[in-house]
Amino acid sequence: MADITLTIDGKQVTVPQGSTVLEAAQKADIFIPTFCHDPELSRYGACRMCVVEIPGMRNLPASCVTEARDGMEVYTESPAVIEARKTILELLLANHPLDCLTCPKNGDCRLQDYCYYYGVGDTPFEGEHHEYEVEEENPFIVRDMNKCILCGKCVRACAEIQGRGVIDFAYRGVNTKVATIMDVPLSESECLFCGNCVAVCPVGALQEKGLRSQARTWEVEKVKTTCSYCGCGCNFDLNVKDNKVVGVTSCDGDVNGRALCVKGRFGYGFIHHPDRLTKPLIKKDGEFVEAEWDEALSLVAGKMGETKKEYGADSLSVLSSARCTNEENYLLQKFTRAVLGTNNIDHCARL
Amino acid sequence: MTNSIEEISKADYILAIGTNTTESHPIIGLEVKKAIRNGTGLAVADPRKTEVASMAHRHMQLKSGSDIALLNGLAHVIIEEGLYAKEFVEERTEDFEAFKETVSKYTPECVEEITGVPVDILKEVARNYAQAKNAPILYTMGITQHICGTHNVLAVANLSMLCGHIGKESSGVNPLRGQNNVQGACDMGALPNVFTAYQKVGMENVQAKYANAWNVDALPDKVGINIGQMMERAGSNVKAMYIMGENPVLSDPDSNHVAHALESLDFLVVQDIFLTETARLADVVLPATSFAEKDGTFTNTERRVQRVRKAIDPVGNAMPDWEIICNLSSVMGYPMNYSSAKDIFDEISTVTPSYAGMSYERLDNGGLQWPCPTEDHPGTPYLHKDKFARGLGKFSAVDYVPPAEQPDAEYPMILSTGRRHFHYHTGTMTRRTGTLDKYYNEESLEINEIDAQKLGINNGDKVKVTSRRGSVEVKACVGDTVPEGMVFTSFHFSEVAINKVTNSQVDPVSNIPEFKVCAVRVEKYSAKNVS
Repeated sequence: MADITLTIDGKQVTVPQGSTVLEAAQKADIFIPTFCHDPELSRYGACRMCVVEIPGMRNLPASCVTEARDGMEVYTESPAVIEARKTILELLLANHPLDCLTCPKNGDCRLQDYCYYYGVGDTPFEGEHHEYEVEEENPFIVRDMNKCILCGKCVRACAEIQGRGVIDFAYRGVNTKVATIMDVPLSESECLFCGNCVAVCPVGALQEKGLRSQARTWEVEKVKTTCSYCGCGCNFDLNVKDNKVVGVTSCDGDVNGRALCVKGRFGYGFIHHPDRLTKPLIKKDGEFVEAEWDEALSLVAGKMGETKKEYGADSLSVLSSARCTNEENYLLQKFTRAVLGTNNIDHCARL
Repeated sequence: MTNSIEEISKADYILAIGTNTTESHPIIGLEVKKAIRNGTGLAVADPRKTEVASMAHRHMQLKSGSDIALLNGLAHVIIEEGLYAKEFVEERTEDFEAFKETVSKYTPECVEEITGVPVDILKEVARNYAQAKNAPILYTMGITQHICGTHNVLAVANLSMLCGHIGKESSGVNPLRGQNNVQGACDMGALPNVFTAYQKVGMENVQAKYANAWNVDALPDKVGINIGQMMERAGSNVKAMYIMGENPVLSDPDSNHVAHALESLDFLVVQDIFLTETARLADVVLPATSFAEKDGTFTNTERRVQRVRKAIDPVGNAMPDWEIICNLSSVMGYPMNYSSAKDIFDEISTVTPSYAGMSYERLDNGGLQWPCPTEDHPGTPYLHKDKFARGLGKFSAVDYVPPAEQPDAEYPMILSTGRRHFHYHTGTMTRRTGTLDKYYNEESLEINEIDAQKLGINNGDKVKVTSRRGSVEVKACVGDTVPEGMVFTSFHFSEVAINKVTNSQVDPVSNIPEFKVCAVRVEKYSAKNVS
């Protein structure tokens, strides 16, 4: 496809034909705020936060759905644009709980970021506020529809990434709300709690229950790793606070992008479960007794050595693990072959 | 997988057989859904009405264990109607004639008789698969967990070669592997007959190469025994066992037999993160760490090697598995002085041709799919391009054999087992998450409404499932997910230790147990039939 060149805030940028003005701006490292836009989801053009000024065009077009044209001139921070964005923010704040101090998404909220950026601290608009009950009855996701800005990303993520369409817009006008069929809680719907809606929510409407109740945004360190459940090999960020895994959030995975399943996103609690073994155990008279590493390893080494001496190396068998790393599987087969002296090694590949 | 996961959504037609994709491999399930939205045709062969079956354009609800008849039937139609890839068959394969003769017996009418799949649907799927531009076959344990599992896989491979649907993007044979690093454990030689990258035990040059790399005089050159044989010989020939991160008491068939076998050992060591059903039987239990507490790599189902990164310190005095092995080895007089997982990986890449071009530096920029033989090799998204690993693709004439256990008067139903969306394997992890276990806290047995009515069972009633080997009690879930005559449950819950019931008959080549078919009796639970 042919390339086109346009000018954004005085800067020339060349993009493939068919690109949007927003994509062109991003290529030129020019910031345009967005709520409803997501590169993985269908173009929506609803929130109007990404409006820009393009001489010759009526009104201020939304850059996320406006196709870039050759020779186009675009202004992303003109006075008219800034005024429009401020008004959009003021309108959103008119029906949004201003509880940032206690909001678990504080520090990870686009509404908060843009209000800060444009200096919008309050709203001149007065009117009724939603008073929806916060949905907390499932163990995975908190839904606070009072904070929803109706950007529709969750609706599209559910339909277009997860392919389920569990949620959609319901009701009309000021009562418009993202809801399940018949507006039942998620746990009574077809929801599988993949949490991909939570991953795209730009505000506090959808939150990971465990993560957001244990750590504030800026307290966590994120460590990119690979999931330890099935064979898909999804990447995600472990969120760590005070040497504890407090949650999982999406990163851009090789295989999965930002998508995860319920086990990957919400199945990390076993890491710090009180049942975790923390000391070697040696069975004495039928009961397990805690031991130090030296004692346990000497006992194992001694018994394995004795057995080998008495019955030969093939009297020993080893099961390795499809759950452990490559490095560990490699070492265990090396140990089995080079140290124990047998090829009796297998793992549960067949189950 | 011979293909990559991302190639699935670009396919023209997908044939999924014996895979509950959306539940067992949710992210691959998303690719299948994406494919359907792109206009890809989908045919699913499964006795159960799974979610992926309900999404399919054609659901072939075959009788359990009749896969070879179905696959040969598809091949029959394709050959009969001249739809096969003649050039591909001629240039890249061998033994076609014998295969052709075998499948000639599998007329659509005969296949309908064996599988229950109507003639029209068989013909339609055969035509669509053969005429597609590219078409991957996806399968999982529904194909392999049968006494004829190896033949089932060969029948899948036959079909893909017949249509030239292999060795191309979005065309291939794709077993979806069920555990995070089952591919890697195999690649690393945690098998009785091969070293890393499937280099055979007993080959003189291989033995010498490893003896040299590991600095020992000689290595054992006799193929070892597999997990099933270990359990059989425990207490007799096998005196001591070392088990790292596995829970065979719950995961393997005929649990009572496995537990008895482990109890009869002179010495059992289990290295795990929890005191599992298997660890309870051990003489020594060594506390290992979870994936969050260690560095390393996992290899996923599409052969992609990816980094695992340490996020927290080990819990308590637990130690990463690799450090435990190093320490034990040193105590036994063979010092292993690796200072990090990276050190070990560096050694792996020197002895493993398919991993030779990989390093932590490269993997830090993203995963690499093997084979990746050199440092400038980009990795291999799909296998068998231009040439098969063995040279010519070999057709294997395989015939249908019925499952080891058939329903009879005493055990009139078929039990099949598998996984649930909210849990994983023996539940050791998922049932300790505080989330998944809260939401899905009780296992149930799927039973068809017609059978339920006959047996006087209502939804939610407790039932007893009995086979020749044992019995369990479980709550009934009445519906139409399973066909008449079949019941299904998972192996995630120790309270419903279904492997007390399953059959330990295995495929003679792969030693995979026949988890997908065993004969059972189901009855409403009452005080009278408590065993």
